[in-house]
Amino acid sequence: MADVLKKVPVREQEPKVRATNFEEVCYGYNKEEAMEEATRCLNCKNARCIQGCPVSINIPAFIAEIKEGNIEEAYKVIGQSSALPAICGRVCPQESQCESKCVRGIKGDAVSIGKLERFVADYALENDIKPEKPEKTNGHKVAVIGSGPSGLTCAGDLAKLGYEVTVFEALHELGGVLVYGIPEFRLPKQKVVKKEIEKVKELGVKFETNVVIGKSTTIDQLMEEEDFEAVFIGSGAGLPMFMGIPGETANGVFSANEYLTRSNLMKAFDDSYDTPIAAGKKVAVVGGGNVAMDAARTALRLGAEVHIVYRRSEAELPARVEEVHHAKEEGVQFDLLTNPKEILVDENGWVKGMKVIKMELGEPDASGRRRPIEIPGSEYEIELDTVIMSLGTSPNPLISSTTKGLETNKRKCIVAEEENGQTSKAAVFAGGDAVTGAATVILAMGAGKAGAKGIHEYLSKKNA
Amino acid sequence: MYKILKAEQLTANIFLMDVEAPRVARHCEPGQFVIVKMDEKGERIPLTICDYDREAGTITIVFQPVGASTTKMKELKAGDYFRDFTGPLGNASELVEEDIEELKKKKILFVGGGVGAAPVYPQVKWLHEHGVDADVIIGSKTKDMLILEKEMEAVSGNYYPCTDDGSYGHAGMVTTMVEELVEKGNKYDVCIAIGPMIMMKFVCLLTKKLEIPTVVSMNPIMVDGTGMCGACRLHVGDEIKFACVDGPEFDGHLVNFDEAMKRQQMYKTQEGRAMLKLQEGDTHHGGCGQCGGDE
Ligand SMILES: Cc1cc2nc3c(=O)[nH]c(=O)nc-3n(C[C@H](O)[C@H](O)[C@H](O)COP(=O)(O)OP(=O)(O)OC[C@H]3O[C@@H](n4cnc5c(N)ncnc54)[C@H](O)[C@@H]3O)c2cc1C
Ligand SMILES: Cc1cc2nc3c(=O)[nH]c(=O)nc-3n(C[C@H](O)[C@H](O)[C@H](O)COP(=O)(O)OP(=O)(O)OC[C@H]3O[C@@H](n4cnc5c(N)ncnc54)[C@H](O)[C@@H]3O)c2cc1C
Ligand code: SF4
Ligand code: SF4
Ligand code: FES
Repeated sequence: MADVLKKVPVREQEPKVRATNFEEVCYGYNKEEAMEEATRCLNCKNARCIQGCPVSINIPAFIAEIKEGNIEEAYKVIGQSSALPAICGRVCPQESQCESKCVRGIKGDAVSIGKLERFVADYALENDIKPEKPEKTNGHKVAVIGSGPSGLTCAGDLAKLGYEVTVFEALHELGGVLVYGIPEFRLPKQKVVKKEIEKVKELGVKFETNVVIGKSTTIDQLMEEEDFEAVFIGSGAGLPMFMGIPGETANGVFSANEYLTRSNLMKAFDDSYDTPIAAGKKVAVVGGGNVAMDAARTALRLGAEVHIVYRRSEAELPARVEEVHHAKEEGVQFDLLTNPKEILVDENGWVKGMKVIKMELGEPDASGRRRPIEIPGSEYEIELDTVIMSLGTSPNPLISSTTKGLETNKRKCIVAEEENGQTSKAAVFAGGDAVTGAATVILAMGAGKAGAKGIHEYLSKKNA
Repeated sequence: MYKILKAEQLTANIFLMDVEAPRVARHCEPGQFVIVKMDEKGERIPLTICDYDREAGTITIVFQPVGASTTKMKELKAGDYFRDFTGPLGNASELVEEDIEELKKKKILFVGGGVGAAPVYPQVKWLHEHGVDADVIIGSKTKDMLILEKEMEAVSGNYYPCTDDGSYGHAGMVTTMVEELVEKGNKYDVCIAIGPMIMMKFVCLLTKKLEIPTVVSMNPIMVDGTGMCGACRLHVGDEIKFACVDGPEFDGHLVNFDEAMKRQQMYKTQEGRAMLKLQEGDTHHGGCGQCGGDE
């Protein structure tokens, strides 16, 4: 009998092998492993894990179905709360959400809720289990802007309620950060993202790509000229930040968004695609979040020696523990308590290095983390040919600047009510990174759900 | 899918297409651009909107093959499709936003170089339709490389073609033509220069000396064209601007052209390789744009 205090281990690709390919790192559970892990769940009456899940999946109920081997039933339970389980099971920061609340975690490992969810969702994808479709539409049109997790969730929920939903997406592919940001080796595009989106299509949602709201048309025009009765804005937080240090416009300096977009969306790592990428031989990634880890591990797979340059210590790294662990295993080096001062540029305008300074941790700042302080005189230079800036993003002003009466706060985020997504403009709702600033997939989904509920209440009242 | 209604070769190396894109045609203004993508595996290529027909729902693009993607693109024929066609992107030309009566008082000079004549055209046409006749200088290497002559002449006040080799019109670079016009006593309130970066740089050096405020349309390397990637960033004065959302037009006297030109060369060697592959023919069959290359 296995140790009930420990998770059933999950099979992964060997670090040395996976560091050279873009195949998925984690293989996930098979049915036996999933059923065994499911036995560890105590089916708590007052299940604290549910409180940790932003979309309140009935975790003990779906795990109980796995225990019995009823995977299809387990999928139905999850489907009541989540439209994209194969994605959340992979990229949710479970350790700080559902699993952080699990009672099993008090004495041993928490139940592997995320991996179980992934198993059920993958099973449903492989066996083509479809979500239930509404009998007929109610004739009311709703527009959703952006096809990231918030938009997809909002669209799916509204379609289930019978609305005629059209999603407008600026890029040529659907999925938002799921396709242009998070790499293939963490979230397979064809096998998982595309198929989950297919399910939303099967609910009757229409999609129009290559439409940039604010440019190709505006929110007011959608309502006045195309008869949409309500609009949900799920346009994300896609505007990259830079440091403002000398040398940042040199060739070989990229935002993480550009680097990842070239690799993921434009498939520059695949020779048969036309978009080029300057892969780099020695790369520094500045920052310590999930995005930085993804950029670093992508550069590594494109053949570079990679350093994460982060100004605080390991304990403060904002990235998920699992991602940091994977990056280390694969050979990414961590230059911690180090901050860039200047990017050094050669006579042809290319990066040749970076001047950095050592840091130490001082008193806690407003975020409660200890503030990094420069150590005077500790500057040194490192040789590099590529620098990837991963300092975070802020919401794109394209929509807020072209929509009259839509209030934003000083961080350029759209102001919206948390419980129903209502913005300062009538009939316009918003959620996800566009409202919160860069956050997580599951929070964006939660906001999409809230937005769908808000729109339904609004339109039910209006059309009553 | 976006249907190509007309595909025409204007000169040995410049091509024109009319493409069906009703949403773009309904909302675009002079100065804006589109991003096209030929097929599944193609690059996203930014191209200025050269003309538009709101009723017919079409956009005219004019392009010059320079790398692998644009070379493949020239093989497309009427009846073929672009997989993706996004726009209008960027801001409309400042002229379009200005008060018409104020504009009428101004003496405006356009300078276009090479394929840059294409983006100059919709602006000159728009002014003409609003009762403002601007002077237009268009430069090219030789007579055969001049484009849209008839169309341009019809909408400009004075039209001055220039050729580097003297085979037609004024002999010499566009900058010498600007000097000549100013020496003859022409006073311009604003100059709009669109063309290769090197041309815009030299026009700006000259107009700075002549104290003519100058607007340029920047064409850096882009990926998304919506402000998401930062590939298109450039220095305008002390500030970093994203050409796709803050531009593409900027005050030419503030743009750091040397830096922008270096950034444009970023993928030079890689593209060279892509070009070779293309010429050797192992990545593409007939250039139909539909097959997605080797699958
Ligand atoms: C590299 C990377 C790694 C990440 N890793 C994780 C992780 O491991 N776990 C996790 O939980 N979260 C992760 N995140 C964060 C997570 O992906 C985001 O919080 C989430 O995707 C936000 O969803 P959204 O729907 O609000 O916006 P997005 O996913 O950003 O989608 C917005 C969509 O709207 C479109 N759009 C924008 N403007 C317009 C317009 N004007 N008109 C039409 N369409 C428009 C965009 O093109 C985009 O497709 C990561 C993010 C990145 C960048
Ligand atoms: C806003 C904007 C408007 C534009 N309008 C037009 C237009 O109306 N007609 C037209 O012919 N071209 C226009 N361009 C330029 C056009 O986008 C490029 O020529 C095209 O992207 C090159 O694609 P390619 O794959 O064939 O070559 P690439 O693969 O991009 O590279 C080929 C070579 O061209 C260089 N290059 C890359 N991008 C550009 C660029 N943007 N400008 C110049 N050289 C570049 C590269 O360094 C490389 O050496 C515009 C660019 C921008 C940003
Ligand atoms: S959606 Fe995320 S937080 Fe909710 S149960 Fe699944 S993994 Fe946990
Ligand atoms: S808290 Fe843990 S043990 Fe209890 S129901 Fe949730 S997953 Fe199962
Ligand atoms: S092209 Fe990506 S930000 Fe301008």
